Amino acid sequence: MTEPVLDIRNLKVDFTTRRGVAHVLDDVSFSVAPGELLAIVGESGCGKSMTALSVLGLIPSPPGKVVGGSILFQGRDLTKLRQSEMRKIRGGDIAMIFQEPMTSLNPVFTCGEQIAEAVRLHQKVSPRAALARAVDMLRAVGIPEPELRARAYPHQLSGGMRQRVMIAMALSCEPKLLIADEPTTALDVTVQAQIFGLLDELRQKTGTAIVLITHDMGAVAEMADKVAVMYAGRVIERGPADAVLDDPGHPYTRGLLASIPRVDADPDADLPEIPGIVPALTDLGRGCAFAPRCPLAVDACHAAQPRHVALSGDHSAACIQLEPREVPA
Amino acid sequence: MTQLLSVRDLKVHFPTAKGGTVHAVDGVSFDIRRGQTLGIVGESGSGKTTTALAVMRLAPITGGEIDLDGTPISRIEGEALRRARPRFQMVFQDPFSSLNPRDRVGRIIRQPMDLLGLGEPSGRDARVEELLAQVGLRPELKSLYPHQFSGGQRQRIGLARALATKPDLIVFDEPVSALDVAVQAQVLNLIRRLQRETGLTYLFISHDLGVVRHICDEIAVMYLGQIVEKAPAAQIFAAPRHPYTQALIAAAPSLAPEHRRRGGGARLQGDPPSPVNLPKGCRFASRCPIAVEDCRQRMPALREVAAGQAVACHLA
Repeated sequence: MTEPVLDIRNLKVDFTTRRGVAHVLDDVSFSVAPGELLAIVGESGCGKSMTALSVLGLIPSPPGKVVGGSILFQGRDLTKLRQSEMRKIRGGDIAMIFQEPMTSLNPVFTCGEQIAEAVRLHQKVSPRAALARAVDMLRAVGIPEPELRARAYPHQLSGGMRQRVMIAMALSCEPKLLIADEPTTALDVTVQAQIFGLLDELRQKTGTAIVLITHDMGAVAEMADKVAVMYAGRVIERGPADAVLDDPGHPYTRGLLASIPRVDADPDADLPEIPGIVPALTDLGRGCAFAPRCPLAVDACHAAQPRHVALSGDHSAACIQLEPREVPA
Repeated sequence: MTQLLSVRDLKVHFPTAKGGTVHAVDGVSFDIRRGQTLGIVGESGSGKTTTALAVMRLAPITGGEIDLDGTPISRIEGEALRRARPRFQMVFQDPFSSLNPRDRVGRIIRQPMDLLGLGEPSGRDARVEELLAQVGLRPELKSLYPHQFSGGQRQRIGLARALATKPDLIVFDEPVSALDVAVQAQVLNLIRRLQRETGLTYLFISHDLGVVRHICDEIAVMYLGQIVEKAPAAQIFAAPRHPYTQALIAAAPSLAPEHRRRGGGARLQGDPPSPVNLPKGCRFASRCPIAVEDCRQRMPALREVAAGQAVACHLA
């Protein structure tokens, strides 16, 4: 078995707010191997973007702080690194692409200059060679007339093109790990399909591990080898994509999957809902955070955190209903 | 069969700073029967939102006719338009920017009644409570501000505001695209329940095919300002005829086993052309996988190919 590129173990991140301490990430664990694509899925506020930011050492501090666990990247614990060491990794061995390709590109520099800057930050090359590398990268991500586009400013490109520029920049230093935070949410479906195809091709060609952060279960199905489902700062289910999608163990994952309007579903039936809303992270009780919305909740759910229970192979879910029952004396 | 809304050859053109013309909506026609829902799907820049805004008389109409149950709403102005406004209302995409952050929810919902002079002033507060209950919110919440609500609750408030004037037609512009999927299901179910209970007619704009399949009786697909295919919802998914409709359906992410790890399944290359410099032939030809020379020369007209199904393609 190959060593994972990224191995997050029991990560805990707290934010201190006026309303108290919010456990933004609580006991988060997962790993990604070279060439593998892991999807982190969940609703807004569940901690998926925070997980990405903590890998990059970009959690705003204060108020945020890593209070426990480790983030092992190629065996090194990123939580122990100094800012200067982290800067060398960020954009180099670990790259990230963001949701909004307009605001994450600098409007006053050309696309070529911005990619070349990223190259020169991590590799000792001349400005001319860096620019040539930028053009190569633009060609590699399927941008027509890359020499011309390298001289274009971000506003002169469409949303899909800008996201390709972001991907070109992220890949310019041949990262071992690419974190993509909702990379296609702002794009049309036909363009989304193009970007997905590009990411898929790149990981197969270069062996880059990808963490795809998304709220879209459809995107998970199209792309992922493995899935981690998050709720209120915790991974509540994880496993191979097929196992999680076809045989979800956690009632939240089941509810999430059922509530998606499907093209092939009976249009006359109401969509199954998950009642209520995601709880605030500052007033989580001791028990399962999903219990107040859970159709299966019993008293014990409110008393203590459920443990992860193995369902089959690498597939596990944290739900008390899955735990082996104690035999009454 | 009574048509509530009838749109004929609608055009909305905008001048550009450089003297060109953006053909945002360019000859769109459709009807919606009373109590039914027409969905318009398309990608950004297809003109679906501008169509919705033109129906609401919130975008300048360059040409064409819009008729709402005998009232020519594309031609009336001033006081006549104001008197017609209660009959067609809108729910917007963004539940954050479409509610005034400085007004309490009760005032937001009451305002259409105040502005359009509907009902006795003394009865309007009671009506506000009734509307809140109708959209599944507790009446006492009327004294809170929008920021105290979640996105899904805010969309319910937007719906209550639209219902305040007792409209015949509600125009929805991407009403659930800003919501998480679990909350989206709640709001979609509410939208359908209201139609069942009150016989409302909907024009529903969305880019999400799963959502329109769930909510619409009929679906129109737009590309660069024109309808390229129109059919009953079941028909368009079972047998899409236009290559663009086929590509849209193929590109929609799905949980189906044949979609697993297919890396997006892209069928189309490139982006739509600019709505300023339009090609003279079919507007989709530059991205179409099956286009022939004729497509680049002649613009195809929308023609019926099966019962209720119309397609604008030379090759369909």
